[in-house]
Amino acid sequence: MWARALRVRFPVPLDRGRGFASKAGPQGKVQEVRQGTHSPRLASQGAGRVPAAKIEHLERLALVNFGSREAVARLEKAIAFADQLHALDTDGVEPLESLLEDRCVYLRSDNVAEGNCTEELLRNSHHVVEEYFVPLPGNVSLPDMVNKTPSPTAE
Amino acid sequence: MLGRTLREVSAALKQGQVTPTELCKKCLSIIKKTKYLNAYITVSEEVALKQAEESEKRHKQGQPLGDLDGIPVAVKDNFSTSGIETTCASNMLKGYIPPYNATVVQKLLDQGALLMGKTNLDEFAMGSGSTDGVFGPVKNPWSYSKQYRERQRHDEHGDSHWLITGGSSGGSAAAVAAYTCFAALGSDTGGSTRNPAAHCGLVGFKPSYGLVSRHGLIPLVNSMDVPGIFTRCVDDTAVVLGVLAGHDPKDSTTVQDPIKLPMILGEMDVSRLCIGIPKEYLVPELSSEIRSLWSQAADLFESEGAKVIEVSLPHTCYSIVCYHVLCTSEVASNMARFDGLQYGHRSGIDVSTEAMYAATRQEGFSDVVRGRILSGNFFLLKENYENYFVKAQKVRRLIVRDFMNAFDSGVDVLLTPTTLSEAVPYLEFIKEDNRTRSAQDDIFTQAVNMAGLPAVSVPVALSNQGLPIGLQFIGRAFCDQQLLTVAKWFEKQVQFPTIQLQDLMDDGSLVLENGKLTSVSLT
Repeated sequence: MWARALRVRFPVPLDRGRGFASKAGPQGKVQEVRQGTHSPRLASQGAGRVPAAKIEHLERLALVNFGSREAVARLEKAIAFADQLHALDTDGVEPLESLLEDRCVYLRSDNVAEGNCTEELLRNSHHVVEEYFVPLPGNVSLPDMVNKTPSPTAE
Repeated sequence: MLGRTLREVSAALKQGQVTPTELCKKCLSIIKKTKYLNAYITVSEEVALKQAEESEKRHKQGQPLGDLDGIPVAVKDNFSTSGIETTCASNMLKGYIPPYNATVVQKLLDQGALLMGKTNLDEFAMGSGSTDGVFGPVKNPWSYSKQYRERQRHDEHGDSHWLITGGSSGGSAAAVAAYTCFAALGSDTGGSTRNPAAHCGLVGFKPSYGLVSRHGLIPLVNSMDVPGIFTRCVDDTAVVLGVLAGHDPKDSTTVQDPIKLPMILGEMDVSRLCIGIPKEYLVPELSSEIRSLWSQAADLFESEGAKVIEVSLPHTCYSIVCYHVLCTSEVASNMARFDGLQYGHRSGIDVSTEAMYAATRQEGFSDVVRGRILSGNFFLLKENYENYFVKAQKVRRLIVRDFMNAFDSGVDVLLTPTTLSEAVPYLEFIKEDNRTRSAQDDIFTQAVNMAGLPAVSVPVALSNQGLPIGLQFIGRAFCDQQLLTVAKWFEKQVQFPTIQLQDLMDDGSLVLENGKLTSVSLT
């Protein structure tokens, strides 16, 4: 029957001393990753503080406001988490951009096959004049976003 | 009828034993009864009944479209559905009505499937609990199962200890698990179909990247997203995949190699199979119950003559980090389209375009989404691009190579856990933030998305608490049929029990004998 337990395949309890078979060197952050845990390494080991100017720059690029000190802290933790990649040696490895890199990807022929759906497309916009989407003046610089009030959803 | 497989119900419809309208009405009534699960954002009752009417006409004329004609299905709310609100569980798209159907939705409708509604999810499919959408969290139907409740000590009538479905396609999972439909579409970017499938006792299938069209699936990570399929048995998945798979001229990332259709899963000769067990997946956080089931599953294959070997995927511990960087980067790029101008929420700010964009995105996106956008933009800054984004792309190649090496060594299919533990109570899940939870819960599933491989979570057994546990099979790229054949054999061996939902048993909707569904009343 399916439920019978044969020999125990995996050793119990786990030998925590045994590291994972990573090719990376044993120093630095890899040690943390290898020591038998997959929980994300949070910012306990002094995650770099992101300077205020960088925060502002990001907010401007993303047009998304951090909104709170906690959100900035979360970014710092995310960066610290990502920093673990640097321990891995990737010399000579090509970046993988597409899983279909070995294939000829299909391209359509340059013929108009469908369209004439102006009305349907305009229907979803909040502000339309004749057949134009209506934005606002674009030559007004964005005010300082860092001092904006936190979002309603920030804790 | 509800306990039958898709093909059985399809046969019953063709023979006139039941009509599409009866089936539709029954599913609609169960949706109403199980409203507390919050599985659906939109219930498309009128649409479904009209489709049922048309299906009935076709059946009367003896001209059904196929195995899906007249079958109720549900679709995750990040697939565009023409004329039906598509929100991605976000304020940004509340009230947005797409003018077109996603290709996979169109394919289902072309086969006569009945669209019951759009299911709940984590906002923009970001999350592993289906708890972070603006319409509230989805509750796992197993929270209300007899199997779970009789093993709990606290008050049975209290509702504060309900369990999460997992995510991000939790609504679709709950919809299928609660018998409101026969199949549901989810999406899978890092495990968003397999994770809730494991927690809800369902088959959750992630096809090979490039097999199923993403046109109309609101994108999260273009290089990893795929539509996913939820069903109650592997055969049903094959039926749905047979309809969905194939090249789409509207999605140039779908491959053109012809695949054999319809997808009929034959018998499996287990003695010719080689199963690989990746040793790096044996982590301390894995619950002992799942570890034991994993071991028993491996033993089962071996006892039937299969070769079961340990393999190594050496870069596993970097996989989740790599995924985190690539995911946030692609998300930052994909979310840039939401500016309030052409569709979606638009802020009332009228100072300038940039101010309007910023306010729109502030109001429209939750903290989780904004956090990922900002992280992604950080990694994409000129000064960071090489060190983070390109670095992650290189690590991704190493991870893909790991899988290739494992398969090249003769392995047909890898066997791993799907999740670290069974479904946890909501109150416990929310103790950590979304990013932390995702990093923990996606551990066994995201590497598969990075390599574009097909994978399926199959429900195996109930835990000591009476909750479902699933195991994951991973196959070679475009060997989806072989993968499902292995899964089907395994499913037959384990005989996973039916959920005993008290509500539906009380009113006679589901009738069980010895834990098996014997009949379902249609009145």
